[in-house]
Formats: sequence, C-alpha cells, structure tokens
Amino acid sequence: MRRRGLLSVLPALTLTLFLAPVIAGLIGTWLPAFGYLPALGGDSFTLAPWAMLAAQPGLGESLRLTLLSGFLATFLAFALTVGFLAACHGGRLVRAVRGLMAPLIALPHAAVALGLAFLIAPSGWLVRLVSPWATGWQLPPDIATVQDPNALALTLGLVVKEMPFLLLMTLAALEQVRADERLAVARSLGYGPVTAWLKAVLPAVYRQIRLPLYAVLAYALSVVDVALILAPLTPPPLAVQVLRWFNDPDLSMRFVAAAGACLQLLVVVAGIGLWRLGEILAERLGRAWIAGGSRGGNGRLARPLAAGLVQGLVALAAASLLALALWSVTERWRFPDALPASLGLETWARQAPHAASVAGTTLATGLLAAAIALLLVLGCLENEQRRGLTLSNRALWLLYVPLLVPQVAFLFGTQVLAIQTGIDATWLALVWSHLLFVLPYVFLTLGDSYRALDERYARTALCLGAHPNRVFWQVKLPMLLRPVLFALAVGFAVSVAQYLPTLFAGGGRFVTLTTEAVGLAAGGDRRVIGVYAFLQALLPLIAFAAALAVPKPLALARKLTVQPA
Amino acid sequence: MIRRRMPLFSMLIAALATALGLSGPAEGGTETRTWPEIVAAAKGQTVYWNAWGGDERINAYIAWVGDQVRERYDVTLVHVKLADTADAVSRVLAERAAGKKEGGSVDLIWINGENFAAMKQQHLLYGPFTQVLPNFHLVDFADKPSTLVDFTVPTDGLEAPWGMAKLNFLYDTARVTETPGSIPALLDWAKAHPGRFTYPAPPNFIGSTFLKQVLTELATDPAVLQKPAPDDAQFEAVTARLWSYLDALHPQLWRGGDAFPASNPAQRQMLDDGVVDMSLSFNPAEASSAIANNLLPDTVRTFVFDKGTIGNTHFVAIPFNANAAEGAMVVADFLMSPKAQAVKQNPEAWGDPTVLSMAKLDPGQRHLFESLPQGIATLPPDKLGPTLLEPHPTWMTRIEAEWQRRYAR
Repeated sequence: MRRRGLLSVLPALTLTLFLAPVIAGLIGTWLPAFGYLPALGGDSFTLAPWAMLAAQPGLGESLRLTLLSGFLATFLAFALTVGFLAACHGGRLVRAVRGLMAPLIALPHAAVALGLAFLIAPSGWLVRLVSPWATGWQLPPDIATVQDPNALALTLGLVVKEMPFLLLMTLAALEQVRADERLAVARSLGYGPVTAWLKAVLPAVYRQIRLPLYAVLAYALSVVDVALILAPLTPPPLAVQVLRWFNDPDLSMRFVAAAGACLQLLVVVAGIGLWRLGEILAERLGRAWIAGGSRGGNGRLARPLAAGLVQGLVALAAASLLALALWSVTERWRFPDALPASLGLETWARQAPHAASVAGTTLATGLLAAAIALLLVLGCLENEQRRGLTLSNRALWLLYVPLLVPQVAFLFGTQVLAIQTGIDATWLALVWSHLLFVLPYVFLTLGDSYRALDERYARTALCLGAHPNRVFWQVKLPMLLRPVLFALAVGFAVSVAQYLPTLFAGGGRFVTLTTEAVGLAAGGDRRVIGVYAFLQALLPLIAFAAALAVPKPLALARKLTVQPA
Repeated sequence: MIRRRMPLFSMLIAALATALGLSGPAEGGTETRTWPEIVAAAKGQTVYWNAWGGDERINAYIAWVGDQVRERYDVTLVHVKLADTADAVSRVLAERAAGKKEGGSVDLIWINGENFAAMKQQHLLYGPFTQVLPNFHLVDFADKPSTLVDFTVPTDGLEAPWGMAKLNFLYDTARVTETPGSIPALLDWAKAHPGRFTYPAPPNFIGSTFLKQVLTELATDPAVLQKPAPDDAQFEAVTARLWSYLDALHPQLWRGGDAFPASNPAQRQMLDDGVVDMSLSFNPAEASSAIANNLLPDTVRTFVFDKGTIGNTHFVAIPFNANAAEGAMVVADFLMSPKAQAVKQNPEAWGDPTVLSMAKLDPGQRHLFESLPQGIATLPPDKLGPTLLEPHPTWMTRIEAEWQRRYAR
C-alpha cells in the first residue's frame, strides 16, 4: 500500500517540479517590470519601465522581425506538413521520411543554424561550389542571405527544425483519428487523394496537433539561439533584444529587460490568440469548401512538389551537418574554393581535452534529466491507469506550459529564486532547469504508446494473481521497452539543445556543447565551431541510434529465458 | 490525475518577496592583510574566473595560468567562459538581489570600461586590494596612465591591470595597396571602394571604439570628452560631426550600412573570406597570430592613423561577495608577474602588450620581453603611433544609445 501512496503523489510532485519554477520566474520578472526590484533601488510600483521600453530605439523593428519570422516559420512548417501528408499519404516516401524525422528532431537547433549559416552565406558552401566557374565571383557577393533584413534565414532555420516535429506529431495523430478509414470513405465518394485528405482527415487531425502547433508558434516567436546565429542584429528580434537588455552594463536597463520579457510573453499570448482567430476563419471557409463537394484532381502535381520540398529540407539539414563536420577537420579553406585546401585533425586534437569535459557535462546532465523525467512520467502514467483516470485537455495544457511560455519571460526570475534557495550555479539547478523542458517532451512521446498498450495483457496478468507492481515491471515495461527508450532519447536530445536554461541556471559554471557552440558563433573560427556544433549534433543522434539498437538483443535474451518455462 | 496545488502560488510569492527584499549596498573595505597572509589563506582555494571566452588563444593562455597557480600557490583556477562580461555583472547583481553577501559564484572578472564603472558605482567590488599585490608595483604608471584611470574612472585599487590594448586596422595587401592615415581619409577610401569596409555593431567594444575614434579625431576640443557627457544641447554639438561623418560613411559600407558584423573576430573572418577588405583589432599582434593560426592569409598587414588611435588597459577585479578573494588576489598578482606578462605578450601565444615598466624590471626579467619574436604583421612599438585617451564612459553609453536610435531600427 505504501508504494501505491508514493505513486499517487507523483503527478502532483511532477507538476510542482516543473510548474513552480515557471510561476516563480514569471512573478520574479513581472515585479521588476513594474519597478519592483529593491536590489536596484526599485521599491515602489511604477509604469516607468514600460515607458522606457516603448522609447527603446528599434523596438518596432524587433517586433516586426519576431512576428514575421514566428508566423511565417510556423505557417510554412504547418503547410509543408499538411501538404506532404495530403499528397503522399500512405506512400513509401512517408515511411522513409518518418524514419528520418527522429534524427532531424534530435539535431539541436543551434547546430543546424550554424551549419545552415555557413551553407547559405554569401561566402558559404553553396556559393563556393559554383564560384568562380559559374558565377564569376572571385569575392563573395554583397547580398544578404543570412542576417537578412526580413529574417528569412531565421525563418528557414526554424522551418528546417520545426517541420519534422510537426510531421511526427501529425503522423501520430493520424493513427488516432483512423485516417485510413476516413480516406477510404472519401475516396469511394470520388474525391481526389489530396482533396480527400484535406476534407476528411485534416479537420479531425488538426484538433490533435493544435497544441504542438501552438508550441511551435511560441517557440518561433521567442527563439534566442537560432536568432543569434541567423537573424539580423541591428536590431535583433525581440527575444534576443531582451537578453541584451538583461546583459546591459547599465544596471537600470534591468527594468526595461523585465518589461521586455513581459512583452515577449504578451507577444506569444497574442500570437496564439491570433492563430486561433485564423483557425476560426479557416474553419468557416473550410466548412463551405467541404460542403461545396468539389472532388479535386488526382494530385499528380502536388505529390512531386510536396515531396521535393520536404526532401529539400531534409537535404539542407544533412548538408548543414556535413558542413560542420568538414569545417572541423579543415586546416585552411578560403573562398572561393569548393573544398578545403588542406585537412587535418589539429583542431580536434587541440580541442580534445576541453571538448571532452564539455561533452561529459552535456552527457551527464542530459542523461540525468531524461532519466528523472522518465521516472516521473512512468509513475504518472501508471498511476493514471491504475486509477482509471484519463488525461483531460486542461491537464494537457499544463504539460505544455514550459513549451508555451517563452524562456526569456521567466528565466531571470527563476535565477533570483535559485540564488535565494542557494542552488544557483549547481548541478541540481542545471538538471532541474532542463527537466522543465525535458519532462513535457518525454510525456508527449511516451503517453500515447503507454495508453495504447492493449490492457488485456495487464488484466490477464492481474487475473493470474500478479501484483500490479509485478505487472508493471514484468509485463508492461518489457513490452514498452522500445517506446520507453525512445522517450529517453527524446528527453536527452531536448536537454542537449537547451541554451538559455543552461546559461541562466548553470551560472556559467556549467558549459554544455550548446552554450559553447553558440558562444563561439560570434567568435569566427569556423573550425572550432565545427568541432563543438558537430559534437552537439552527434550526441543526440547516438542516443537515438542506441535507443533503436538496444531493444533487439534485450528482447532476444528475454525470449530465450522465457521460452523454456 | 494531475492536480493543481494552489498554496504553492502564495508560497512562492512570499519566498520571492523575501528574496528581493534582502538587499542593500555592499560594504567595501580596504585589504589590510599582508601578502604572506593572503598567500597562506589562498592555499587550496578554487577561483572561478569569469572571463570572455571567445578567443581560443586567450583561453589557452588562461589554462596555462591555471597550471602555474596550481603549481606555485595550490590555487585551482576555473575559467568561466563568458560571451559578454556583462553576464558576470548580472550574476553578481542577482546574488546581491538575493542577499548573498558571501560565498558568491564569481571570484575574479576580466573587466574594464563601462562594466567597471557600473560595478564600482553599485559598490559591487572587493577592495581596494591592488596595493598589497607585490607585482602591482612593477606596473608602468608613468607612460601607461590608463593603468590607473579606466576610461577616465579612477581604478582606486579596485582592479588590477592585466594588459594593454590599442586600436589598429588589418588589411590584405593582396587587395589594398594604399591605406588611409586618418578618419577623414578612411571616408575617402570607403567612397572609392564601396562595400569593402565595415565595423562591428556597437555595443561590441571594437565597434564602440571605432565610434570613439571618430568622435575624438573629429572633435574640436577632445579635452571635453574626458569629463562626463554634458546636457543634451552640448552633447549634440560635440557629437554632431560624428553623426554627419557616419551618415556619409554608412552608404559606402558593406551591405550599404544596413547590417554590421557581430564582433571583430566575425569581421576578421569576413576579411579572410574576401567579404570586406579591412578589419579592426584592439591587439597589435592579432594579425600575426591569426596568420600563424591559418585564420588569415600571410598577405595581411596592419596600420594605424597618423595622429594616433584609441588605447586602453584591461583589468581583473574581484566581486564584493567573492568566495575565494585571497585566491583571486593571488591569481591577479601572478597575472602581473614578468613571467606571465612576457608569455602573454608572445605573439605565438596571445600577443597582448604588457602593463609593466621595463625600467622597473631586473635584466633577467627584461630579457624575457626582449627575446620575444615579432610577428610579420605586427607594427613595432615605435610605429604604433600616439595613444588617444578613452572618453569618459558616459560618452560611450550615450553614443551607443544614439547609434542604436539612428542606425539600428
């Protein structure tokens, strides 16, 4: 009974663990935004920080960049996902691309952005490949392909990373809404394949992927690390600008920063609201379109177009990774050479001691955060099943809180709290800060598989007299080994990619591959950037490969021991 | 299922209010212990040194310092690599906000200019302490006045000088034959070579230094820049020439002045790629060292302006709540030792000029410096031209803000 008692408090504990820092952080940010920060002599409430914020030069332009890149990236990722699945539903390509999505999601944003920056820059690899023989360029052209005035490079970087996430979430949702049956009915009524998907499947699937979409939108509207690498700097998008204000040597700017962080939260809230309005509008128009009964064509054009675009994005991500790897073994590679003039392992050798310690910190933090998250999630799911509860929509929203609230909007407040409790700049604070973002992803990854396990297995075992704990350990867990390990790998990948939490909670004492790579991004030596960004991308990929490879021998061993009995 | 615990909210608000309430200016105190006492207390301490970590050579030098102080003083040095020194200032401030008056997470900060001015003004620094460091007395105060006056703000013993910086320009002789000798000549050069010059976006310190160079060189009375920036009307009058110069220069820059590189290493990369023809540096040996590291072609050389360029000193300081103040002082002293200064000035390591006075050294110590190699792109000391003084930090703050207002929107 005692065990059961422990299990039943797990959901509350889990929720506290990841909601408390967010709430405390928000309070610790909103108070200074209204002038309350006694450490800097602010002990009364005032609107002055907001007035100062409004007077900041370039605020309008920062907002424009944020909104433009946030909405455009989310919309493109969504349109590509829907277009691809509608055009290629059930095809071999979808299965092939699905296999590629996991490693794509695992790639940290910063690594992709760094690789992409080198790929598409005017002095980048793509131009080098065709210069000077095709372009005549002996010197790089003076055109803006990264840090461009409309943040299109940032948008591209976000689409490359967010499309795989949406695609995977949509694929999971397709199974839940019985897409194949819906399609079969629509097709039998004479609808073309693409039109059938859009009219019969999309409305049902959309409801399932709404939250992930909002998370993507919130992320795109508040991203810092990718923006630092790909977005314009004068001025930067809002989230980067807020971070700059926090770091301004003029300490009174801390109030402006706090107000800016609150504005960032409002932008995300308003952004999601605006998207919701768009949904309602699309629903109205869509209903009329569906009721209109047009059957649509055979989709012969849509298929290669959608497939080509998605394959292009995958290729871009792969080429980014390759560029990083190549730079890390480059000795000298000048424009316009298509390939390095000389290769060597000197950079790796020189960086080895430091890189090993940084990778060690990254690995330990990621494994611990993912393991804790997995324990909590398994506990919550098991508790849910034993008590016959189902996850309500509102609870799911809570789970998404750390993914919807912009990181810059609460991390400063969280930092003050961490110092107060004496855990700042400790490993505990670092792991905990990662846990905030790891936990929701582990839950989302594992939840469906856990609930989808046929309950008759467990019931049979229980009927045979097994204790629920034994059923959990000997029936459910072994059967769910693959999704469990996959969730662990996802959690690990999320931890590896964290930039701002590491910066704030780690207090500079904990350097991970992500903070190192982003920190070096402004420093210019592409060979060193290559080493750290490549390692940063490599760790999660290894984790995924391990998650996929381990179950086989384990399953085999179990089969061998079970069979004789 | 998942339940919400309402009392949590109120608990957190209470905790946070206490956190924010526990504060007040820190107490400053002169270091009165003797050097042997400090060295003894430092034994076994771990010093967290918060220093900009964007340059591999500097990081390697700091690692070398770590080996040396462990061997000599049993002090463990941990380099906390910052993207921006202001991060450490933020951290110390956040700690004071939380009432952490001792056992702070920052022991030593690489600092100068406005960060120092801000920390000094907010009483966030330990000391005065430099007077007890033996090697401090070897510093060249006479010919390097910026070792005592940091951007016109007196150091008052709150920071120990570490190295010297002087603005210089890098160019590729393969593409540029004649270099401009002054700020007005640079504008003419840019007009003749549109899109081939740029500078890092302020508040990057090299970018801000470029603005100060323009301001100082074009000012009718540079002396006024040594005092705090005046009221708006006078500020406008003094800086009018700066803005009209930049208004004329920007359309001639890379990307028509719509975008700027993030930092000087980024611009060095652009010089190497051929995106622009010039780069800026605060370190006279940077070009040579970058050539040695395969980061620039060996055709790169450096130049300075005829009437001089902006120069300053960079320092190390200790926060008021440092956990290992003694260890930090031991490290600060070692950084000023002839041995450490000579290794630092070697262009094959870092090439950062010394703060020491050759006249105060014994022949053996002097030889450490005289035997250093001279890089192929490094100007000898007598060709580096006069040093222009840094304006008061308030000018920089105002100019950076005005630059943002005018050009970053």
